[in-house]
Amino acid sequence: MERTIIKSENFNAYFGNNHVVKNVNIEIERNKVIAVMGPSGCGKTTYLRCINRLHELIEGARCDGKMLLNGQDVYNMHPIFTRLKIGMVFQRPNPFPNLSIYDNVIAGYVLNGIKMSKADKNDIVEKSLTSAALWKEVKDSLHKKGTFLSGGQQQRLCIARAIAMEPEVLLLDEPTSALDPISTSSIEELLKELKNNFTLIIVTHNMQQAARVSDKTAFFYMGELVEYDDTKKMFTNPDDIRTQNYITGRFS
Amino acid sequence: MTQFETEIEELREEVKKMWKLVRSQLTKTLDALVNFDKDLAREVVVKEKRVNAYELKIDLDCENIFALYQPVAIDLRFLLAVLKINSNIERIGDIAEGIAKYIIDTDKVFSEELSKQTRVLEMFHESIVMFEDTLKSFENDDTTIARKVFKKDDFLDQINVTSNETVEVYIKQNPEDINQALYALSIIRKLERIGDQSKNIAEEIIFYLEAKVLKHTKKS
Repeated sequence: MERTIIKSENFNAYFGNNHVVKNVNIEIERNKVIAVMGPSGCGKTTYLRCINRLHELIEGARCDGKMLLNGQDVYNMHPIFTRLKIGMVFQRPNPFPNLSIYDNVIAGYVLNGIKMSKADKNDIVEKSLTSAALWKEVKDSLHKKGTFLSGGQQQRLCIARAIAMEPEVLLLDEPTSALDPISTSSIEELLKELKNNFTLIIVTHNMQQAARVSDKTAFFYMGELVEYDDTKKMFTNPDDIRTQNYITGRFS
Repeated sequence: MTQFETEIEELREEVKKMWKLVRSQLTKTLDALVNFDKDLAREVVVKEKRVNAYELKIDLDCENIFALYQPVAIDLRFLLAVLKINSNIERIGDIAEGIAKYIIDTDKVFSEELSKQTRVLEMFHESIVMFEDTLKSFENDDTTIARKVFKKDDFLDQINVTSNETVEVYIKQNPEDINQALYALSIIRKLERIGDQSKNIAEEIIFYLEAKVLKHTKKS
């Protein structure tokens, strides 16, 4: 199996005439946690949303260049297939409010019209909730609404929902910014576990979080990928002065 | 300037003050030795408490900055370097105090011949120059100056290596001066430590500024 799972080649993204991601070239390795950081408006979230083709859903948005998943350009795939392979967890926990915990986990299958036996569903629910470190807490209340859970639990439910589809890559857009420190810590621990089975790309404003959870870090500034390297190197001796100024809080 | 930058700048100033205090301790100790000035030597012993107070204060400041700001990159290297520089400067302060105590205890100044043969005063001057160079390097963020310290340490090592033989010859020629000769040997050993500690400080400055680890590597 190829080590590289995601590869961007001369990738650009635009909102109308606004060029927000500029000629990004990056190779992301399988089973790693990648942190994407940069100041607000640097294009990091847009880049993340381009990976599973959410960017194109916005009116006036477009992109060019290549975004390869296992060597195949995701822009030549069916977008639904892309999103099955590349799941996403958003900033605010967003379980379906009318669905139970159980139904939230298998929502991806139901919405895609995939029919399964009860036993298979049970199996997927238990496996996904266990992987999301939520099973023990909710196994006796699977048919309660997901919105009854705490914020941290809801976010882990969203992670369970995303991994239930067995994606290869999981994109996380500031997944702990709405959570308290304890819930944040449990999500961070979970990310370390999840990387055994998935490749995780996390956009975060919290630099300590990037340092704690990721193997590699990408720093974006004004739409450009300034630097991409091992997290330890990025946080001890970055090559680019812009990276250093950003991580040391001296950015103007 | 952010609060964090202010804290770092204040720490930098504190370290420089400690550096200058210890430089002054060394200079006074040398003057006391040359002029056999016991009062000056006592002053050095008393001021050693201030050096210790600086060490504790700087350690605490570093601890607080680590805890409150989680520094990274050059700031992290700066703090790690400061912690080690602090400890090395404090030890150099201890050495100045040790030599000053000898001056207080002894009843006789070094003879001109002893100083000449052992080159102890020459070594003392050079060790102060080395220590001053580390300060200049830190003040100016200049690793070229720090690198010069490594070469100067070779000079101290050379005097130290031959000191046993030199002192042995001197004692044979001047058996009545055995105590002074042994004291000179002891001071040479201490000055050699100042050279090593200045070298350690230079290594830390290079680590902080260039992110290069020079510890346990051949430098000259």
